[in-house]
Amino acid sequence: MSIIYVLLSISVLVAIIFFIAFIISVKRGQYDDTYTPSVRMLFEDELVKEETFHLEKKENKINSNN
Amino acid sequence: MINCFHCGDTCLDTIIKHKEKVFCCHGCKTVFDILNDSNLGYYYDLDTNPGISPQEIEGKFDFLDNPAIVEKLLEFDNNTTQVVSFLIPSIHCSSCIWVLENLNKLDKAVKTSQVNFPEKTVRITFSSENTTLKELVLLLSRIGYEPYISLENSEKKEKHIDRSLIYKLGVAGFAFGNVMFLSFPEYFEVEEFWLDQFKNMFRWLMFTFSVPVVFYSGRDYFTSAYKGLRSGILNIDVPIAIGIAVLFIRSTMEIIMDWGTGFFDSLTGLIFFLLLGKFFQQKTYSYLSFERDYKSYFPIAVTRLLRNKKSGVREEQAEVYKIQKGDRLLIRNNELLPVDAILIKGNALIDYSFVTGEAEPVSKQSGDKLYAGGKQQNGVLEVEVLKPVEQSYLTQLWSNEVFSKDKTGIFQSLTDSISKRFTVAVLSIAFLSTLFWMVVDPSKAFNVFTAVLIVACPCAIALAAPFTLGNMLRIFGSNKFYLKEASIIEQMAKVDTVIFDKTGTLTTNRKNTITYEGIELTQIERELLTSTLRASNHPLSRSLYAILDKNNIQTLDEFKEEVGRGMSASSKNATIKVGSYAFVENTSEKKQIKDTSEKQKKTTVHISSNEQYKGCYVFENEYRNGVSEIFEALGKDTEVIVLSGDNDGERQRLENLLPSNTQLIFNQKPEDKLEFISKQQQAGKTVMMIGDGLNDAGALKQSDVGIVISENINVFSPACDGILDATVFKNLVRYIDLSHKGIKVIKWAFLLSLLYNLVGLSFAVTGHLKPVIAAILMPLSSISIVVFTTLATQYIGRKLRMDINKQS
Repeated sequence: MSIIYVLLSISVLVAIIFFIAFIISVKRGQYDDTYTPSVRMLFEDELVKEETFHLEKKENKINSNN
Repeated sequence: MINCFHCGDTCLDTIIKHKEKVFCCHGCKTVFDILNDSNLGYYYDLDTNPGISPQEIEGKFDFLDNPAIVEKLLEFDNNTTQVVSFLIPSIHCSSCIWVLENLNKLDKAVKTSQVNFPEKTVRITFSSENTTLKELVLLLSRIGYEPYISLENSEKKEKHIDRSLIYKLGVAGFAFGNVMFLSFPEYFEVEEFWLDQFKNMFRWLMFTFSVPVVFYSGRDYFTSAYKGLRSGILNIDVPIAIGIAVLFIRSTMEIIMDWGTGFFDSLTGLIFFLLLGKFFQQKTYSYLSFERDYKSYFPIAVTRLLRNKKSGVREEQAEVYKIQKGDRLLIRNNELLPVDAILIKGNALIDYSFVTGEAEPVSKQSGDKLYAGGKQQNGVLEVEVLKPVEQSYLTQLWSNEVFSKDKTGIFQSLTDSISKRFTVAVLSIAFLSTLFWMVVDPSKAFNVFTAVLIVACPCAIALAAPFTLGNMLRIFGSNKFYLKEASIIEQMAKVDTVIFDKTGTLTTNRKNTITYEGIELTQIERELLTSTLRASNHPLSRSLYAILDKNNIQTLDEFKEEVGRGMSASSKNATIKVGSYAFVENTSEKKQIKDTSEKQKKTTVHISSNEQYKGCYVFENEYRNGVSEIFEALGKDTEVIVLSGDNDGERQRLENLLPSNTQLIFNQKPEDKLEFISKQQQAGKTVMMIGDGLNDAGALKQSDVGIVISENINVFSPACDGILDATVFKNLVRYIDLSHKGIKVIKWAFLLSLLYNLVGLSFAVTGHLKPVIAAILMPLSSISIVVFTTLATQYIGRKLRMDINKQS
């Protein structure tokens, strides 16, 4: 029945790991601004890159035509 | 109606078509071009018309050439990497975040930039090898995001964010969860074989989890109770601290003596819920600052003139704090004078509205004294400093003791007042029941004594106010009324005297009602007048020009402006004179006709055509919508006073507008206002002050509730307890009424939690309090209080919304 010791220590350990993770994230200021990241997440950086990609393609085409 | 593609404003005079898009001005078009050329067109896809029209900035940031100032602004500086944070009031949507975080596409020297939207700041890491701070600021200004740099920035503050409450809440929540889980088995089985084997380990684990909760998370309750007792107040933290201490001691004894499991679950739960209430109450509007003083208005640097025998006059950007008596300063148009000074050269037209509340700018002659806080409206000035910034007339106001006093400690909250009676009652019940059991069954006496103290721990009472007020704070916030902290609502409900400032508070800043009195002007005269006004920069000319129709603008043959007096112009064979009465009539000021003395106090512009007096335009302040209704409603059960820094030229009009029981007091200097309020308070009144400018700063601070009315909440307002958006000014009475309703909700919640306490006490007094009962009763009472207050405040919040909608 000593398995309960193992289970107990694992459960407490897991809890403590999450607790420490929480403390660290607070300390680094992750909870100071809870709004901006939620907006930043929705920006599609790819959009701009795509345009330049198209341009490059066009240029390539022109170059190959030549 | 065409709207600008960039800023969304309606295009009035000019419409610029460019790349199939419409812009209202060249500024907006330039920003579009800059963004478009750098492949940042996505800016316009994120939000419709997200832009801000850029302001005129020429010469404004020249002070950034001074390395000493730059050094003060930089947060971090090593050879290649610099970090700077700017406050940008115009940040307002997701497009703003996106473009500011893509600054590196506009300027390669920018390494990273990060926006904090709630605080409206951007933190930029850049390399000074490729750019300077000034160029960076100019770039930001060019795309419409002009940073706000004031004297406040020059004082480097250690940015200290207090996160201790989150840590405490984290610890308590973590322990609460684990203790619950460990104590679960013993809720059901007591005499079971396996449980008996392990119960000791379970119990000691619970003890271990509880120690940090009591000594770290719950620490504030002990210190607060101790402080309360020392100053002879039985605040709500006294019974809470007793409850926590008794819970911990009794539980520890129980597991040592092997009497039972103890109440660790209730203990950690109690502290967790209490802290949750505290956390909930902490709703802050981080982009609004309630603690501002003159420093956030004053510039960080001014232009100092250095005289050198060899090279003549040299201009230098000097820090405001380094300005000494006797220095010569150059003040440009629209710059704020940060010191008391004597005017040496130039036509001064100083707008003191900021300091005194006087709406009209005053003109000064060479040799006159100018006070700090005035804004030059007309051309360039040269002045000599009389007193440096910290000794100036305006900043003296801040040395008044009001500003060093902390207002929060004095106020006795509703919770504190109930806790006094509550604590006395609980202690007497505890002692009486112990006495009873001493006689009947001494073995149970200790048990009953501790049980009473545990179960009577006023967790629910302590939660009622934070959750109600926290909810109210959010309701107010969503209705454009922003409060500094929750306790203000309780204060607001007690107010019996409301004092209004006039200029900027009862009147709007923007609009003037202009009426003409005298002989009607002919078509030609009117055209000439418009053309003359067009040439002038005087604020009165500009507002008058704005209301006249602008057809047939002529070129003037002759135009002369005498500063502070008026202007004369001629076209073809007609001449016109516009300005003060004395100027227009060519009389000395002493010989003025009697009947104009009444008009003297009002703002007027007189006109004569071909040396013939015609009449005058009278400028009157426009009062906000609903002023009469507000005074009517407030006057019913509170005293209403108007306290104005202006002269009494508007007395007649105000008397007609406001109910007869309103007191009107004029010619009040900032310190008079402060004095007046403290006199009212000494007479036992609870005063609410509603003002706007720095001239009300002292009064706002002295009053019990100081509220600032603001046309644009992003623009700064003086230190206060709350900021009211000017558009919802007419709802003021409703908001005060809502605070009364909030207090009623708290009182009902008190009653509800007392009922729970009675049930708990009946278990405790009879000696039947089992841990499982405590563990059910405590969270149940707390949660039901939270649910009750939330539902109740939601209900009154919705009623408020419906009320407002019905009206509009």
